[in-house]
Amino acid sequence: MTGEDSEHGMTRRQLMRHTAWFGAAVALTVTGSEVISHVAGDGSPAAAAAVAAGPGALRFVQISDSHLGFTGPANLDVTATFGAAINQVNALGYEPDFVMHSGDITHLTLASEFGQAKEMMADIATPRVFTVPGEHDTINDGGKLYRKFFGAGTLGNGWFSFDIKGVHIISLVNTTSVDALGVLGADQLDFVRRDVAGLSAETPIVVFSHIPLYAMYPKWGWGTSDAVTLLGILRRFGSVTALNGHVHQVFAKTEGNVTFYSAAPTCYPLPQPGQAPAPLPVTVPAGELSSALGIRTVSFQAGSTNLALTDERLT
Amino acid sequence: MMSNKRRWTRRGWPAALGAAAVGGTLLLAACSSGGASASASITPGGGQHLAGFGGTSATPTVLPTAMPSGTSMSGMPSSAAAPTAAPVAADAVAIHNFAFGPQVVSVKVGTTVHWTNQDSEAHTVTSDTGAFNSPTLQPGAGYSFTFTKPGTYSYHCTIHPFMTAKVVVS
Repeated sequence: MTGEDSEHGMTRRQLMRHTAWFGAAVALTVTGSEVISHVAGDGSPAAAAAVAAGPGALRFVQISDSHLGFTGPANLDVTATFGAAINQVNALGYEPDFVMHSGDITHLTLASEFGQAKEMMADIATPRVFTVPGEHDTINDGGKLYRKFFGAGTLGNGWFSFDIKGVHIISLVNTTSVDALGVLGADQLDFVRRDVAGLSAETPIVVFSHIPLYAMYPKWGWGTSDAVTLLGILRRFGSVTALNGHVHQVFAKTEGNVTFYSAAPTCYPLPQPGQAPAPLPVTVPAGELSSALGIRTVSFQAGSTNLALTDERLT
Repeated sequence: MMSNKRRWTRRGWPAALGAAAVGGTLLLAACSSGGASASASITPGGGQHLAGFGGTSATPTVLPTAMPSGTSMSGMPSSAAAPTAAPVAADAVAIHNFAFGPQVVSVKVGTTVHWTNQDSEAHTVTSDTGAFNSPTLQPGAGYSFTFTKPGTYSYHCTIHPFMTAKVVVS
């Protein structure tokens, strides 16, 4: 298990390829559409945009897949890396309007794990913290315990929406059903229909879910079976940005009016699609874990058409 | 605004590390032009109370609107992929590399089937129809269920729902 050639480990060469994938995906720039994304770092236009954006701009943060309670060689201290992510949010130099955790907050749906996560996230310097449940947060109870900790103000299995600075945010649950893929379900799709009915087509839409809303790799369950219905509901909008977790790696894809972004985790990476027998946690060489983890900042300037994403590696 | 933040630390992780490292990036270097933003007004969607909870800069004033519509959740479609493997006469199933093996086992009525989690990750053995449901099986843990009625029992792991398999009871 610990050797460089171990089944679930990652050699230095593999890490290089993984990092290249990470970087290439993040650097994807969607010109002529609504989203620009770059890796954070010196000279990054997106990072500069986020910092330079005025008080009228919407600025939020996505963190994902903390898996509090996980124990294994892929991350010997998930609490520490989640704490580091929180510290990194608090050191951004500005206060995000909200922070969204896009699921797999816990590893085993335990009250102790939820409690620890909530306590830690209450220390984020932001007016509001939102969450989406992952399948690790809804093991065997349909999300009941998750909603006890994080379900206040939500509908159904934990979905909700809100408006902020001209952007409509929709947070969806696709982890509580029985299927090989994520499922939204008829009730939740009806909710979205009603939710967006009164919005103008120019309203920027941001959709959060845990499992991707596109078919990233269905063999590993990395897709949502009824996402096509959701995307049909949202087709009339000029700008739709779908942000998810679950796959533990940064990835971007554009389909028509929708751009999908998978976020980096704060716990451990998973293999690239199909590059391992199964999506088991990947153990990277000692000292290099943080390069596979990260946080995401997003900004939107009112009156502008650009929603800027920056995926920042954990430091 | 930032003074009330607590730093999350761990053994062997200097509290200053995060800030020092981030300080080298453009984000913090340029923070003098950013500063803390004013709290934005968050308006819940129609018929909703505001979800989420407050961070350190939360204000007590939120903007609830009408009562929640009480949308209920029911009738989620179930369309787990059907395994295509040939049935194997066996009463033991291993969970290995995020898969049940054999993927389809055939047993006689009254047989007790045993599952063993040989992965380093936790899994469950959960009937698609509620006929049986293991607790969370930690690595090395096992689960047994006695099938008293004939039929085909599809099951999955709730943590990794792409893991599907069947027990055929005759």
